[in-house]
Amino acid sequence: MDCMTMTPTKPLSELPLAALQFAQQKPFVLQSTEREADMTTDSVSSRSPAPVEVTSVGRIRMQTSDLNVHYGDTQALHDISLEIPENQVTALIGPSGCGKSTYLRCLNRMNDVIDSCRVEGSVKLDDADIYGPEVDVVELRARIGMVFQKPNPFPKSIYDNVAYGPRIHGLADSREELDSIVMESLEQARLFDEVKDRLQAPGTSLSGGQQQRLCIARAIAVKPEIILMDEPCSALDPIATSGIEALIDDLKDAYTIVMVTHSMQQAARVSQRTAYFHMGQLVETGSTDKVFSDPRDPRTRDYISGRIG
Amino acid sequence: MTDRLSTKLAARLRKRHRGEKLFRLGGLGAILLAVSFLATLLVSIGVSGYTAFQQTTILLQINLPVDPVNAGYPGLVKKSLREAFPSVSSRRNKKELYRLVSSGAAWEIRNYLTDHPDQAGKTVTVTVTASDDVDMLINGKVSRLDPPQVRRLSDQQVAWIDQIRASGNLKIGFNTNFFFNGDSREPELAGIAAAMAGSFFSLIICLGLAFPLGIMAAIYLEEFASKTRLTSLIEVNINNLAAVPSIVFGLLGLAIFLNFFELPRSAPLVGGMVLALMTLPTIIITGRASLKAVPPSIREAALAIGASKVQSVFHHVLPLALPGVLTGTIIGMARAVGETAPLLMIGMVAFIVDVPKSILEPATALPVQVFLWADAPERAFEERTAATIIVLLVFLMAMNLIAVILRRKFEVRW
Repeated sequence: MDCMTMTPTKPLSELPLAALQFAQQKPFVLQSTEREADMTTDSVSSRSPAPVEVTSVGRIRMQTSDLNVHYGDTQALHDISLEIPENQVTALIGPSGCGKSTYLRCLNRMNDVIDSCRVEGSVKLDDADIYGPEVDVVELRARIGMVFQKPNPFPKSIYDNVAYGPRIHGLADSREELDSIVMESLEQARLFDEVKDRLQAPGTSLSGGQQQRLCIARAIAVKPEIILMDEPCSALDPIATSGIEALIDDLKDAYTIVMVTHSMQQAARVSQRTAYFHMGQLVETGSTDKVFSDPRDPRTRDYISGRIG
Repeated sequence: MTDRLSTKLAARLRKRHRGEKLFRLGGLGAILLAVSFLATLLVSIGVSGYTAFQQTTILLQINLPVDPVNAGYPGLVKKSLREAFPSVSSRRNKKELYRLVSSGAAWEIRNYLTDHPDQAGKTVTVTVTASDDVDMLINGKVSRLDPPQVRRLSDQQVAWIDQIRASGNLKIGFNTNFFFNGDSREPELAGIAAAMAGSFFSLIICLGLAFPLGIMAAIYLEEFASKTRLTSLIEVNINNLAAVPSIVFGLLGLAIFLNFFELPRSAPLVGGMVLALMTLPTIIITGRASLKAVPPSIREAALAIGASKVQSVFHHVLPLALPGVLTGTIIGMARAVGETAPLLMIGMVAFIVDVPKSILEPATALPVQVFLWADAPERAFEERTAATIIVLLVFLMAMNLIAVILRRKFEVRW
């Protein structure tokens, strides 16, 4: 087994307040001065028609520069440069096949499992390139959690679903500690009251919305810094959706969230930042209010006004 | 809808209904045909085989010797028979009389004396095995109306048998020889113990080798190996290996295990290794299929929490694939236990009298025993062949039952 997975990554438990401090303390190796120059907002604005008001968005947790992704011979993403600010919800919107899910999966290297996928450019978490040779994917994914489109609880009990992450990462030293992590996570995911009497029931016996909240609880049990959500509500009914949306709104105080969504209303409701993807290109990015009320690019305007997509 | 269309539709609907009915009838017919074949097979084997599970024995009054070492046991049997039929005098008749009991009777008396040393010197009643010809007459495989050449008993012998039967000294009991003896030239003494032990040892070796190797290979190929030309070449070859005639694996075993590594001939160790070679492709293929059937969302879920690849496979994917993997393994094992050809090649086709006690001792296997006895000239071997087939089938059914039970036990409900 991978020994990395067994090492408790201590700073993770002191989130979110300590996150800033932790990021500053950690001795990250910068890739090169050339890359550094690339990361400036100038290069971002040169790629995207709408300049990003970096100063107003708060601290940047993740940053991609000139990200190109190929699946075999087809290029899925073209020169994406985007910044993910801390403790905000960044929504990635765009028509089907525009590359927003591919982009999201680059952020925690879930694309690694696809043989034909090739990622070029830099993706930085704080100041370290997550595609760097010294990066341990297992540790990275513990810091950047993910929630999928279709609820995918393990065919195990509710308790074991949530406890799995803390167990493999060795976050709990005792049974009691594990119990409290599970309770906390379920409470944070607003699921605890509904399942407190049946923690040993299989996770798959829950309803769709509950399953998705279980998946969120499972993701936050590892105490990640960033949570990626890939259309977390698309398999749910409107009531469950509004539950998840309220939850996401809660979670943003503690976590940085990147969310792919099909629904523009959802992006408008829950996100602070919006990035519009079209045909593998990042067309426009900015504060959600700005993008929705005054889109710069005609393609964004067409999409938002419902003419395409 | 116009009239023309509706008549067309109606005509087509009739045709469709007829087609459906025909298909159902055809399917039912196919099943009935298959069931009748199976029933014929089972009934014919059962009818010819069940008599082998019982054995005729004769009670003899034996004056046990005081000294168990130098006693002439065959003489004791003959003496006892002569005493039971004092009127028999001619040399030829005496010989016929002696042939009523098995040549193993002398051993049975010696064994009796070894088990009951306190009876030495006394006259006791000992149960000895009747000869196969007597047994065949008693259990009805030959009729007393058959000519003497066919039933292999003279009229005089039949009369003696009737006499013994009337005196109550002829018993029909469970055929312990069949289950506890090795092979023998005498059908009434021949048993499948050596073959069962050989099959058992071979199967253990086969399982011990093929299961871990097959599972590891399946997991590696399915979960870890990148899809390159090399892996697809390996994949194609594994599929081809599954279709290679089993006797080829026997030849391979002969060339490598016996001739090159000089492992003992006829040993269950080599038999198991050859069977493992044969079973491996089956296990790998079924293992990969069941791993592939696990939804990728489970792998993603585990990876996204920060599980390593190995953790995601062993904590989540393999448990879900286990029922399928186990079923495939047991089906492979069932095929292996019924396999004859590769064992012929590595010498497990020998005449084995002693029951093997280790994987290195010469042994044979159940299907090979069937093969050997089916060739034997003595008529009594026919029922023993059928009985061995029954034992083999029971063995296979038990294995399939275990497969079903394991499947139920490990199946995860979604």
